[in-house]
Amino acid sequence: MEKVIEVQNLTKKFGDFTAVDHISFEVYKGEIFGFLGANGAGKTTAMRMLCGLLPPTSGKGLVAGFDIHTQSEEVKRNIGYMSQKFALYEDLKVWENIRLYGGIYGVPEDEIIKKTDELLKRLGFEKERNSFVKSLPLGWKQKLAFSVAIFHEPKIVFLDEPTGGVDPVTRRQFWEMIYEAADRGITVFVTTHYMDEAEYCDRVSIMVDGRIDALDSPKNLKNQFKANNMDGVFQQLARRASRKAD
Amino acid sequence: MEFFNNLRDALQERQISMKQFMSFVRKEFYHIFRDKTTMAILLILPILMLVLFGYSISTEVKNSKIAILDSSNDVATRAIIEKFRNSEYFSVKKMVNNPSEIQDLFKKDRLNMVLVFGDNFYENLAHTGNAQVQLIVDGSDPNSAKTIVTYATSIIGAYQLELSKIDKIPFQINPQIKLLYNPQMKGAYNFVPGVMGMILMLICAMMTSISIAREKELGTMEVLLVSPMKPIYIILSKTIPYFVLSLVNLATILLLSVFLLKVPIAGSLFWLIAFSLVYIFVNLSLGLLISSIVDSQLVALLISGMVLMLPVIMLSGMMFPVENMPVFFQWISQIIPAKWYIIGVKKIMIKGLGLSSIIPEMSVLLGMGIVLVIASLKNFKYRLE
Repeated sequence: MEKVIEVQNLTKKFGDFTAVDHISFEVYKGEIFGFLGANGAGKTTAMRMLCGLLPPTSGKGLVAGFDIHTQSEEVKRNIGYMSQKFALYEDLKVWENIRLYGGIYGVPEDEIIKKTDELLKRLGFEKERNSFVKSLPLGWKQKLAFSVAIFHEPKIVFLDEPTGGVDPVTRRQFWEMIYEAADRGITVFVTTHYMDEAEYCDRVSIMVDGRIDALDSPKNLKNQFKANNMDGVFQQLARRASRKAD
Repeated sequence: MEFFNNLRDALQERQISMKQFMSFVRKEFYHIFRDKTTMAILLILPILMLVLFGYSISTEVKNSKIAILDSSNDVATRAIIEKFRNSEYFSVKKMVNNPSEIQDLFKKDRLNMVLVFGDNFYENLAHTGNAQVQLIVDGSDPNSAKTIVTYATSIIGAYQLELSKIDKIPFQINPQIKLLYNPQMKGAYNFVPGVMGMILMLICAMMTSISIAREKELGTMEVLLVSPMKPIYIILSKTIPYFVLSLVNLATILLLSVFLLKVPIAGSLFWLIAFSLVYIFVNLSLGLLISSIVDSQLVALLISGMVLMLPVIMLSGMMFPVENMPVFFQWISQIIPAKWYIIGVKKIMIKGLGLSSIIPEMSVLLGMGIVLVIASLKNFKYRLE
């Protein structure tokens, strides 16, 4: 299987504090990879390094085939990113948001126009083309934000707690979109606090105190830790933590 | 061959980043044009400030109430008194006969000044070439007191001048004071440069820092940083709309001051604009520095409001003369860009001096701008990592 993320002994230190402590893992093409951990376990720092935002202190990382240390430009060009805050411009219209992000990633103008039509049709948003984003309900914003994050057909999309504050029905619909993207061959790297969502992932890693303490499919992890669900697995691991959440 | 391929790729890349950049600048303009508050600040505030300062906070003093004690009552004193009666700055309320009345007059009639001529005024003047006149002024408002004294001495000086023309004898009444550049002491001459300094700072430093802080608050900054767009472009694209708008404001202020407030541009318009561009550059960098430090719009507003606006109003020499301040504050005023800008604008616009006269101000501002822009870019880089 084709590897899209390869990480070896990746480490980040802030002064004396080791935020990320020699983590190693691989993510395959088209996989939905859950990246779990309590607050302060080092999830965000690890993800920022993978996105080319933060240079690692030591260790190696390849994302979409590019070195995160020396080729952060190329890394950025080949990934999509969606944050917890959805990060659309509320005072821009729906199509203006799409055009802006498409333009930032260098998608040609005529392709933006064509793909915008397709996108709005697929989401059933045709009537909202000229609406301001601030007038949309939260669930719609979330769907739009995700569609914008994968608009330039990235190899990998990073989702940082994408379902925070959204109701269960909308969350379910959102995961359907994630599956669709994975079927199209886009690798999904997702952090979440919801353990039921961890069950939806192909494989899950759990970080404790800057290390990856467990990494396998949800089924194998439950067997290994003799737990009924992912929450049981998570609780057992979280108890080992000596670091306080921030 | 490889070289040409590389060149083509580089050019193509540049084209893409230019497109990214322009789509970004366009977005900034949307933000501005769609926000009523921002539009109001940008377009109405400069006009409001000019009119406000022009008509209500005028430093001109008209119709000061005065009384006169004339012990001589000769040809000279009568002529001087006549001049005071004809001046629009003074209204003679009373002629006093006894010096002991003066104290009460200030309390009872709320006089601003009493003019006291000694005995044998004209005789002294004619024979010794020296005559005494005393100005007793209500000093409770030092600013207007100073203004009144200046008016009065110039009236007396004018009489002295007339006299010397007729008799060709060197008379001496008072040291002759001639008001340079602003003979009528028009308030507008003083505050137009001040308002320019304030408005340009407000637009450039405050609005830029708030708009960047806003992206941080909304989380869009994070998404932009993950994008292939270079951070320097993100930041530059933020400053461009405010740069353009500050030029619009500069034009508005200049037009208003020339046509409404009748303050002429005595010097070169070209150097006035060039000097203003340097000042705008300083303030844009200041805005960048603030936004590289703060994470929320509110803090950005507080910093630019309290840390920038207050010192500009109090210490830049716009309202109070810097020379009259305690040494400590004079020292602080040195690091306020607006102070240097106001001095420079006064030189070009009011005094009509050329480029060579504003070289110190120009270099100080340029130096400040370069230091600020380096500091803010360094800080941005550090913060983003």
